[in-house]
Amino acid sequence: MSSVTSAPVSTPPPTTVRPVRTPPSRRRFGARERHDFLVFLALAAPNILVIVAFSYRPLLSNVYYSTLNWTLGAATAVPVGFDNYVRFFTSPDTAEIARVTAVFTVATVGGSMLLGLLIALVLNRKVRGVGFARAAVFSPFVLSGVGVGLIWVFMFDPTVGVIAAVLRTVDLPSPQWFNDPSLSLVMVIIVYVWKNMGYAAVIYLAGLQAVPRDLLEAAAIDGAGRLRTFRSIILPMLSPTTFFLLITSVLNSLQAFDIIRIMTPLGRGTTTLIYDAYLQAFGGYNRAGYSATVSTVLFGLLVLFTAIQMLVLERRVHYR
Amino acid sequence: MTMSAPGHDQATRTHPLAPRSLAAAAVGSYLPLVLAVAVVALPLVWMLLSSFKTPGELVTQDLAVLPHSLAPDNYLQAAREVPFVRLFVNSVIVTVIGAGIKVLLAIFTAYALVFVRFPAKKLIFAAILVTLMVPPQVSLLPNYILVTGLGGADTYWGIILPGLGTGFGTFLLRQHFMTLPISILEAAEIDGAGHWRRLTRIVIPISAPSIVTVALVSIVFEWNDYLWPLVIVTDPSMMTLPVGLTLLSNTESDALAYGVLMAGSVAVIVPVLIVFASLQRYVIAGLTQGAVKD
Repeated sequence: MSSVTSAPVSTPPPTTVRPVRTPPSRRRFGARERHDFLVFLALAAPNILVIVAFSYRPLLSNVYYSTLNWTLGAATAVPVGFDNYVRFFTSPDTAEIARVTAVFTVATVGGSMLLGLLIALVLNRKVRGVGFARAAVFSPFVLSGVGVGLIWVFMFDPTVGVIAAVLRTVDLPSPQWFNDPSLSLVMVIIVYVWKNMGYAAVIYLAGLQAVPRDLLEAAAIDGAGRLRTFRSIILPMLSPTTFFLLITSVLNSLQAFDIIRIMTPLGRGTTTLIYDAYLQAFGGYNRAGYSATVSTVLFGLLVLFTAIQMLVLERRVHYR
Repeated sequence: MTMSAPGHDQATRTHPLAPRSLAAAAVGSYLPLVLAVAVVALPLVWMLLSSFKTPGELVTQDLAVLPHSLAPDNYLQAAREVPFVRLFVNSVIVTVIGAGIKVLLAIFTAYALVFVRFPAKKLIFAAILVTLMVPPQVSLLPNYILVTGLGGADTYWGIILPGLGTGFGTFLLRQHFMTLPISILEAAEIDGAGHWRRLTRIVIPISAPSIVTVALVSIVFEWNDYLWPLVIVTDPSMMTLPVGLTLLSNTESDALAYGVLMAGSVAVIVPVLIVFASLQRYVIAGLTQGAVKD
């Protein structure tokens, strides 16, 4: 992401050097400049207006709504200052939501990254069909979370599901995935990892292919075994990739919604921060002010993680 | 151990291999590969097979892998319970219009940011990028209140409008436009070609792969989008497929209904799978952008 903020002139194609722009005339604001000004507005304004209206404005609105005791749909609202925040941070429900969010995030991020790395190692060889396998493994990442959730609800079903059928062959009873809240969380985590591990795999694969050959050859000459090479060379070389994946995966799982909504509509055992924000406003409670409070806290978390990412990336750029 | 160091193959390629270790290598290479693909593919295959099974076949304790017949009973049943065709059409409309406008806005904004003189362009770009960090979930309630207030509930424009702003597409195309040889554009400018001509005759044609990438990612996103359509639409005839499937799963809590639900999943998953299978390079490149490049 460090190249994002770099100036246009800093990344010219190697063959053409961008000429230093000297304005053709010394007029302060001539016809051409005015023309460009208008062209810019005509081209960029629609996008910018939509972004301002539907991305920036809601952030401010949320902060305002979060100070109200307001029932969604009601004409009036009572300003209550920080009451919603006090309630949020002292409610026993919040402790449970924080626990579920933490377990869900750690398990989905850890699971998809670990499996992603394993798959990347499997894919990182020159054999026929590896391109197909790479695409196949990536494919769940682009599929509808609703469709994926329905498939897995069916597969996890304790009476007619295929998982129960497989367990029956070894005379094991099916776990009560839908009724036991902690098993519901495990179930949702499994599905989320299944959907996202291919993304981690493709990114790890790119990282693996960037490991310099001569380093690996030098290690082989020094007599390092496979495991030793992996631990002492490949894994450290992958650390920027691991860090990137860690941050993007944490951000993604803090936003996970579709699968939770479809597999566990009531959110018993699976109510994360984002799901709570949804349930509070749209799950029958109609607590608009409180939902905005949860959303504001969630956004604060996202900003925190992005800031950490930028700080670390900044450091890394410097000692390269 | 399934782990193998990259470069292992490099090493073996330079040395001729004995047939015995070749065979071992083939098993060692393919077994994990097949396993990884199977883990991903089997649930999808199961969905497809089950969508053709009768309720009797689904609730039986003796699991049969293949359905007895390929009669589309579940699809017809789904269409009786929800306006299935209408949902599909709605999804197509929302996806085509939404993704189409999004791509146009991304092209225009990126062109303006790279090729049109304007003060504080870098600041504007940064402000657009920040939106990559604002997930739609956070803006859900304020946007719901604004759009319903404007009468956008249960309308196509209400579903489409809030998602039209694009930080991702703008970012991707801007990065690409900056690599274009400026000399061509300057030559065109000297020849008297205005911005519109330069954009439509030069920049867009030579940027086709990047534009396709942005388009595909937008299409996939619009098609799968769930949370916003879920709250803004309550009229079944205006629902998109993912929202309609929620309705189906709410009305059908019976175990007998899984066949119908799998038919619904096929309808929402298979079109994206087809698009992905035919153009996967672009889709993967688009979705992993920013990570793979440095």
